[in-house]
Amino acid sequence: MREIEAAAITETVARLAIESTHFLPEDVEGAIREARETERSPLGVQIIDEILENAEIARERMLPLCQDTGTAVVHVELGQDVHVTGGYLIDAINEGIEQGYGEGYLRKSIVDHPFGERTNTGTNAPGVIHTEVVPGEDLHIGFMPKGGGCENMSRYQNFLPGAGREAVTDFVCETVDLSGGNPCPPLIIGVGVGGTAEKAMTIAKHSLFRKVGERNPDPDVAALEGELLEAVNALGVGPQAVGGSTTALDVFVETYPTHIAALPVAVNIQCHSARTKHAVL
Amino acid sequence: MAESKPITLPLTDEVIDGLRIGDHVEFSGVLYTARDAAHRRLVAMADAGEALPLDLRGQVIYYVGPTPPREGQVIGSAGPTTAMRLDPYTPRMLELGIKGIIGKGGRGQVVREAIQASHAVYCIAVGGTGALLNRHITSAEVVAFEELGTEAIRRLEVDRFPAIVVNDAFGGDLLEAGKQQYRTSSRPVPIGGGGA
Repeated sequence: MREIEAAAITETVARLAIESTHFLPEDVEGAIREARETERSPLGVQIIDEILENAEIARERMLPLCQDTGTAVVHVELGQDVHVTGGYLIDAINEGIEQGYGEGYLRKSIVDHPFGERTNTGTNAPGVIHTEVVPGEDLHIGFMPKGGGCENMSRYQNFLPGAGREAVTDFVCETVDLSGGNPCPPLIIGVGVGGTAEKAMTIAKHSLFRKVGERNPDPDVAALEGELLEAVNALGVGPQAVGGSTTALDVFVETYPTHIAALPVAVNIQCHSARTKHAVL
Repeated sequence: MAESKPITLPLTDEVIDGLRIGDHVEFSGVLYTARDAAHRRLVAMADAGEALPLDLRGQVIYYVGPTPPREGQVIGSAGPTTAMRLDPYTPRMLELGIKGIIGKGGRGQVVREAIQASHAVYCIAVGGTGALLNRHITSAEVVAFEELGTEAIRRLEVDRFPAIVVNDAFGGDLLEAGKQQYRTSSRPVPIGGGGA
C-alpha cells in the first residue's frame, strides 16, 4: 500500500492545466511541420504557418494556444495499491482544475445547468473525470483541455453487426465531411469501435491521449488506422476547411468486444491544438 | 504564398466589392466582439424595439470569447469561435447593419444568401491561433454586457489582423470551392453539416 496526498494531486492537476494549454506537444507540432511539406493548397500552407507561429508565440509569451481552454477532461489510472489521504480524489482533481484555470489566466467555459440558466461556474470545474483502477501503486493522470468546437462534432452510430470495416470508414469520412471547418482541421480523429454506446465513445476519447504516429498494437486495427487517414485526407477538406490535402494528422482506433447484435462506432474529434499532458505520481 | 490585402476598417461597399473568396486580408481598425449570449441579447433587444448598446451599422463582428489578460496585456488569447452556432441570429444582425463577420468554419445556406443580399462579407481567422491573433489586438474595452464575462461585447482595435474571405458579396463559398478543388475521394459530398 502506498499513500498519496490529495494535495499533491491538486497541485499536479493545476500544473497540467497550465502546461497543456500553453505548450503544444512536440509530436503534434512535428506532425504539423511535416504536413507543411506535403500540403498542396498554398492557402493551406499559409494557415499551417500561422498555426506553427501561434505555437511559438504561446510558448514564449505564456499566452494560451487557444482561447478555448476547454472542458478539463482528466483520465486517472489509479493503482489498486494506492491510498489517497487527506481528501477525496475527485475533489482534489476539481480543486486542481480551479487552481490551474485561475492562476493560469485560462478561460472558464463551464456552465452549470445545461438547459437552464447556464450560469458559468466561474472556475472551469467540474472537470469530466474518468477513473480506472489498474494494477500497481502508481497514480497516472492524463489531462486534456478539450475544446468545444471539436467536441461538438462527435458522433455515434450503431451499425448492423455484419457491416464490417466499410461501415467504420464510411461513418468516419461522413463525420469529417459534415464537420467542415468547425472542429479546426487539421484534426486528430479518435474512433471507438465495439462495446456499448458509452464504451465506444470513451475509448474514442482515450485514444486521443496517444502520440501522433503511435499505432494500435493489433496489426489489423493499425491497418484500418492507415486506411482511415488516407480516406479522410482524400476528402479535400484541408486546413480550416479552405480546401487542401491535410485534413487529419492522424486517426486512432480503439476496439472492444461487443454484443452479437451490435457494431457501435463512435467518433471523437480533436482539433490541431491537440493539447494533452501526463503525470505519474 | 498569396499576398495579403491590407484593409482599413470600417468596411465600405467599395472595399467589399473588391473582396473575393480565398483572399487573405489584414484588417486594421475597429472590431466588435460578440458570441452566443451577446447575440441572443442583441437580437432580443432589437426585436423588443429597445435601443441597442452600440450602433451596429457598418461594423465588423468578431466571434470570440478571449482568455483573461495577464497584467500588462490588453487581452488574452483571442481566436475565433465556430460561426455556425450564430447562424440563427446572423440574418437579423445583417438587417441591423453589420457588414462583416469574422469566425471559423462554414455558414448555412440561409446565412450565405443573407450575406450576399446584404452586400456583406464573412471571413475566417485561423481557429486555434489565439496567441498569434492576440499580437494584432492593440486595445480592448468592454462596451456592453460586462456581466457576461468572456462573452461581453468588446471594442477591439486591431492592427493587420489576418483573415481569409470565405463568403464574399457575390455568393462565393470558399469551403465548397476548396473541397471541390482538392477532393480526390470518390465519395459523394454529404449534404448539410459544418460548411461546404
